[in-house]
Amino acid sequence: MAVTNALAVDVEHMGFKYPGNPDVSFADLNLKIAKGERFGLFGPNGAGKTTLLSLMTGLLAADEGHIKLLGHEVGGQNNEVNKLFGFVPQDFSFYEELSPVENFAFFGAWSGLNKQAIKKRTNELLDILGLGDVRDKQVKKFSGGMKRRVNLAIGVLHNPVILFLDEPTVGVDVQTRHAIINYLLELNKNGTTLVYTSHQLGEAEGLCEQVALIDDGKIVAQDGLNKLLKHYNEESLEHLFLKLTGKDYRD
Amino acid sequence: MFKLKATIIKDVKVLLRDKVGICFMFIMPILLVVVVTSIQNSTFQLVNKNRLPIIICNNDTGQSSKQLIIAIGKIGLFKVSVVKGEESEKLMADAMHQQDAMLGVIIPSNFSSKVSAKSKSIAGKALTSFGLQGETAKPAGDVDPLTIYYNPVLQESIRLSVQGALRSALQMTESRETLRSLYFSINEKQLPESLENEMLNNKTAINEVPVSKDGTRITPNATQHNVPSWTIFAMFFIILSLGGGIVREKESGSFIRLKTLPTSYAVAMLSKQITYLGITMLQAAVIFSMGIWLFPFFGLPALNLPADLLALFVVTLICGWCAVSYSICVGVFAETHEQANGFGAVSIVILACIGGLMVPSFAMQGFFKSAANISPMHWCLQAYYTLFLEGGKLKDVLNNIIPLFIITLVFQFLTFVGLKRKNLI
Repeated sequence: MAVTNALAVDVEHMGFKYPGNPDVSFADLNLKIAKGERFGLFGPNGAGKTTLLSLMTGLLAADEGHIKLLGHEVGGQNNEVNKLFGFVPQDFSFYEELSPVENFAFFGAWSGLNKQAIKKRTNELLDILGLGDVRDKQVKKFSGGMKRRVNLAIGVLHNPVILFLDEPTVGVDVQTRHAIINYLLELNKNGTTLVYTSHQLGEAEGLCEQVALIDDGKIVAQDGLNKLLKHYNEESLEHLFLKLTGKDYRD
Repeated sequence: MFKLKATIIKDVKVLLRDKVGICFMFIMPILLVVVVTSIQNSTFQLVNKNRLPIIICNNDTGQSSKQLIIAIGKIGLFKVSVVKGEESEKLMADAMHQQDAMLGVIIPSNFSSKVSAKSKSIAGKALTSFGLQGETAKPAGDVDPLTIYYNPVLQESIRLSVQGALRSALQMTESRETLRSLYFSINEKQLPESLENEMLNNKTAINEVPVSKDGTRITPNATQHNVPSWTIFAMFFIILSLGGGIVREKESGSFIRLKTLPTSYAVAMLSKQITYLGITMLQAAVIFSMGIWLFPFFGLPALNLPADLLALFVVTLICGWCAVSYSICVGVFAETHEQANGFGAVSIVILACIGGLMVPSFAMQGFFKSAANISPMHWCLQAYYTLFLEGGKLKDVLNNIIPLFIITLVFQFLTFVGLKRKNLI
C-alpha cells in the first residue's frame, strides 16, 4: 500500500459506544495528526485514551464516522492498513516463554517481514535497546525495564510509518525511560509519526510537540504544546492538565 | 507459508517449555493406560488364575453337601475354604473379613436330607411315568435355599457369573443324587462309580474362537482392549493444554498485538491444528510403543498392532484431528481459563462414558446407546477395535471414519462461527 501525503491519522465525526458500558463513549470526535508529528494524547483515568488508541488501531470498530491512517480507512481485517502502523500496548504483549530473538522471529513474520529482514532488524534492535546479552534468554526472567524494551522493539520491528504507544515507559527506571524516549525521538527524526499516551507528563513534555487533552470522551484542548501553555498561561503540562480536567478522583 | 511456519515454530517452543502441559498430554495418559490395564489384567487373573476366595459354611453332615463342595471346587472359579458353625450373617461377615474372602455360602443343616428326599420323589415319579412299579412318590418340599454373601465391591457381572457357577454345582449334586435313587430303585444296588462319572462328567467341550475379519486369531486381553481406548482418551486430554492455551493467549497482551498485525488469526488457528495434531500422533506412537515393548516388563500382555498399519495411521490421524478440533472449539468459545479447563475436562469424561470407553457400548441401553453415536470417541473406539481386535482393514473402518470426519467438520464449523462472532478472522 502506497504511503500518501494524507494526514497520518484523521478521525472524522467518529462516534463509539462500548456495549454495556455507557461511561466510555465518543460522539462526533475529530482529531487530525500530521505525518511526522510527535503527538501526545493525555487525560485522566477512564477519559478514553486507550479506547481511542484501540479505535485508531482497528482493535475496536467505530459506530459512526471515519478513522483513516494515511488516507486509508481503518477497520475490519484490513491487513494492508495494519502494515502501516506499529502498536506498543501498555500490557506486555509477547510470549514470556520465548527469548527476544524467538519473539522477534514470530512477530516479525506476522508483521510481514521475510527471514532476512527479521534477522537484520533483530540484530539492530537488540543492539539499540541493549538486549544483546540476553537475546536467547526467556523473557519471563527479565526485569520490568527489559520487558518494556522488548515490548517496544516488537512494535517497531517492521519500521512502521505510524507508531502508537500506550504508556510505553510505565514502571521503568530512569535509565530505561531515557533510553526509550531517546529511541522514540530517533525514530521520529527518521520520519515515524508518534502517537503517545502516558501519565508521565514531565516525560511527555520532552517528547511531544503536539498534544490533545481528552476528558469524558471529548477533546478539551488540542494544539502545539507551547501554544497551549501560552494560551492557558501555564508553566507545565501537568498544571495545564489539572486546570482543564480538574483535581477530582476519576476512578 | 512463512507466517505459518513461524507460528508453528512458536507454538512448538511455547509448548515444549510448558512442563505442566507436557505432563498432562503425555505422562498422565501413559500412567492412566498402565494403571487401568494393570488393574483390568489383575481382574482377569483374579477370575482366571488366582480364583475368587469363597468361604463355605457347611452346617450339614450328609453326603450331598460334601458333593456340592467338591463340585464347587471343580468349577475352577473359586478358592474354597470350608468352616463350620458360622450360621449368622454377622459371623459370616467376620469370617469373610478375616480370610479376605469375596464370597460366602451357607449350606443349611438339612441340605442332604432335603436333596435326598427330593431325588427319591423325582425318581419315583420317573419310574411311574416309565410304567414301572417304583417307590410311591412322596411329595418332597424344595431344598432350602443356599445363601450367598458377597463383598459389595464385586461387580454385578461377577456376581451373576458366581450365581451361574453355583447353580451348575447345585444341579450336578441334585442330578447325581436323583440318578443314584433312580438306579437303586430299578436295580436295587448302588450305581457304579465309573458309570456315574461317565453319565455326569462326560460333557461336551466348548471351544472359544475369537471372530476376526482377516482370519487371524487375536486373543483379546486387557492390553488389546485398553491401549486403544485410553489412547483415544489421551488424545482428547490435550484439551487441557490446547483449549486453556487458546484462552490464555486471548487473555494475554500478545493477543492484542496479534490483532493489530497484518495477519489473519486463522493462521494461528491453523498452526495450532498442525502442531497439536502432531502431538496427538506422537501420543499414540508413544502409548502404542509402550504397549508393545514396555508392557511385558510389567507382566502385562504385549500389544499386537493391526496388520493394516495404513488403516491404523488414518484412524489415528482423524481421531487426533477430531480431538484438536474439539479442543480449539472449546478454547474459542470459553471466556476464561477456568471455563476451558473445567468444561473441557468434564466434557471429555462424559464423551468417554457415552462413547463406550468406560462401559462397552453394546452393554448400554436405550438413550445411552443412541447417545453414543454423538460421541466422537465412540467412532474412534469402534474403528480401533475393528483394527486391533477383529483384524479389520481400512475398508472395514470406513463406516466409523466417516461419522468421525463429519463430527470433526462440525467442530471446525463451530470454531469458524465463534471466530467470526468475536471478530477474530
